[in-house]
Amino acid sequence: MKSVEEIKAAIEAAVPGAGVEIQTNPSVSAQHSLRLAPSHAIEVATFLRDDPEMALDFLSNATGVDWPDKEISEKVKVTRTVTKTVDGVEQHLEETVEETTRRIAPGCLEAVYHLYSVAKGHGPVVIRMKTVNRADQVELPSLTPVWRSAEFQEREIFDLFGIVFKGHPDLRRLLMWDEFKDHPMRRDYVDPDDFEYEPTAHDEVLKRAQEHKSREQGTGNRDQKDQAATGL
Amino acid sequence: MFGEGILKGLAETARNFAGSFVSAERLTTVQYPEQRIAPIEATRDFPFLVYDGADWEAGLRCVACQICEKECPPKCIYIEKSVDKKPDFTGRPQIYPTRFDIDISVCMSCQICVEVCPFEAIKMDTEFELSTTDRFGGLLYDRKELAKSNEHYHKIHPSEAAEVDARLAEEKAKAEAKTKAAAEAAAAKAAAAATAAKPAPADSKAGGESNTAGGTQG
Amino acid sequence: MSSSATDNSISLLRPDGWNRPPVIEPSNDGDLLEVAMGPHHPSTHGVFRMDVALDGERVIRLKPVFGYLHRNHEKLAEGMSYLSSMPFTDRLDYICPMTNNWAYALAVEKLTGQEVPERAQYLRVIVGELTRVQNHASAIGFLIQEMGASGTPLMYAFKAREKILDLFEELTGARMMVNYMRFGGCRVDATPAWLTATRKVVDELPQFVDEFENLLTGNEILMARTQGIGILPAELAVNAGVTGPMLRASGVNYDIRKVDKYGAYDRFKFRVPLGDHGDVYDRFMIRFLEIRESLAILDQALKQIPGGPVMDSKAKLRGFRPKPGEAYGRIEAPKGELGFYLISDGGPNPYRYRIRPPSLINLTILEDMCLGQNVADVVLIFGSVDIVLGEVDR
Repeated sequence: MKSVEEIKAAIEAAVPGAGVEIQTNPSVSAQHSLRLAPSHAIEVATFLRDDPEMALDFLSNATGVDWPDKEISEKVKVTRTVTKTVDGVEQHLEETVEETTRRIAPGCLEAVYHLYSVAKGHGPVVIRMKTVNRADQVELPSLTPVWRSAEFQEREIFDLFGIVFKGHPDLRRLLMWDEFKDHPMRRDYVDPDDFEYEPTAHDEVLKRAQEHKSREQGTGNRDQKDQAATGL
Repeated sequence: MFGEGILKGLAETARNFAGSFVSAERLTTVQYPEQRIAPIEATRDFPFLVYDGADWEAGLRCVACQICEKECPPKCIYIEKSVDKKPDFTGRPQIYPTRFDIDISVCMSCQICVEVCPFEAIKMDTEFELSTTDRFGGLLYDRKELAKSNEHYHKIHPSEAAEVDARLAEEKAKAEAKTKAAAEAAAAKAAAAATAAKPAPADSKAGGESNTAGGTQG
Repeated sequence: MSSSATDNSISLLRPDGWNRPPVIEPSNDGDLLEVAMGPHHPSTHGVFRMDVALDGERVIRLKPVFGYLHRNHEKLAEGMSYLSSMPFTDRLDYICPMTNNWAYALAVEKLTGQEVPERAQYLRVIVGELTRVQNHASAIGFLIQEMGASGTPLMYAFKAREKILDLFEELTGARMMVNYMRFGGCRVDATPAWLTATRKVVDELPQFVDEFENLLTGNEILMARTQGIGILPAELAVNAGVTGPMLRASGVNYDIRKVDKYGAYDRFKFRVPLGDHGDVYDRFMIRFLEIRESLAILDQALKQIPGGPVMDSKAKLRGFRPKPGEAYGRIEAPKGELGFYLISDGGPNPYRYRIRPPSLINLTILEDMCLGQNVADVVLIFGSVDIVLGEVDR
């Protein structure tokens, strides 16, 4: 079984311009992954499947990961020339000031695939693809034409994370109903609170239940109108 | 022959049917609730709080450390701590829970609360016929309903309870030995300081100094 | 009986390759009848719906719809510690809680590099194989039930299953939701009394399997209804990610116990049964053969189990924070390859917790297998996949 570097070399030899990077895995499992550029992903995947030595004919697991936007604040030393009046004489002095710059590192969505070989019995080979951002550029090529087992799993990634797979034959929601709007597995997903709480709520749950109840009662909801009608 | 396989299967069924009249092995139905199967010792249903002695409030082992509340996966435990303290089984004053609610309609009997409790205060009961018609609080057990005696624990899980008692006795013995050793050391120090003060009355100032020095250390 | 999907070679009907199901031409008399089978249906193994388009009795199109039991376990796990997710893994494939626990514990042990003591490995194998026996027996029972046998074979299977569940209750305290494995071993040790009781059950089980086989195999109705139905070619099975008894019934020799050699499986001699045709009858018979192999493993494991601790002495119950990194751990669950993919960011909760459900992925080619068959066969083909909705939906 080849190491990750060898696989990378083989891919770059077979698919020129493929844009493959190695992402090391710091844990004990040592399951390092290959990051693919979306432009050549299908060619690389076909090569991995059809190569007689690697023969990665079995896609075991396809899943998504959400990496949200991160606010990074860095302290930077900035040297500036400042004009100061000292003892009535104008002088140009150099000042070194520490400034804090804040920027938002854009997040992305990621699709991770675990490949094994049934013919040779080795694996796993992990390949990953990242989208550009989490908001509007969330497209990735679908690997369903290469491995049929990606069909339902990519539908699930679309349903729960929101990655749109180009080239998927039937991209609909899988676990949530078709008219559902949000993507539940994202880190910034907010649960709806319009459901019945357990009667023994406390802490967070109790606070939200009380807010929800007061909101309902304040807006003249259905129950109040029914009570008025039946005179209870 | 056509139908041979079916006849073979029917013969099997007939053997089981006829056999159920003669051998107990083949008659496996237990007419619950008139008949019941003997309970298995390790079985777990819902948690209860253990108390030692006769008074459930004084003997309650729980010290409201809230570890079980944090570790409970469905978050069905709710604890409120007390302000004052009461002595525990080694004699040390501990806080106790003024409120300990378990919602057994949420509890999934995973028994992680039992595993993480450092004080052997919460254990699993074996009672499962707990259905009630009160849907708004009938399945919310407060600490009075949850508190059951150590004798009850011995009755439902004898070998486990024996182990726990042995462990607690060992801890208590260690704690007592420690306090005894500390008391002896203090007494020895006081006695030594007293004998040091006696033979030199002329050096009363020095004796007094050494006395106070011994006093602050002891 | 012959239907187009079994007669013709699949390649003729697949212009796009394996990517799409074959195209079945309906006959020209009349529209298609669309039937929703489920979600409230006695034969769908849970809340599961199949939108079937029929031309007379033949299936032209079949779309599975599920998500009725979706509890978003993966998101719940992101809010809880690693240990707190263990009882929730019991509830995934609720017929086989022991193997679900094992897969999760294995993934975490891969992530952290924890060592599992010998005795714990053997205990894991013993309870895992007992789980496999009762799962395959129940699967056969449910399949025959769907054929109309009104419960007799199912109750035979459940009689054996009761013995195994009683063993689990003695060991862990619960019949089904066992919560038994921990990261680094097992929660409690097995007493000598338990091992004796297990020995007794394992000695009685071959007689049960003989009776069960006697009742069912050779039955003409069974053979007529299941042979030649729902054929799955081997290449398509591998490409579609099918694992478990369904893959081996199509003739592919891939058993994760032999490939990955996790646990203590490399110490036992056992065979891997394979099917010839990949039809429903093969999937049904292979489960009998796998029960017998499991009994052989149990026999050896009970003889060879060593003494010692069952939990890694350095393992921490509370405050468990694995170092950052990721791991994918998988086992041969009774339904297929059950895998857990964990990403840790160094905190007490997992950053990403993914379950690779064998039942869901085995359903990918349900449409391919059912097209062109009669609607009565759809129930059998679906039953031979052997799914559990807790795992499909999580």
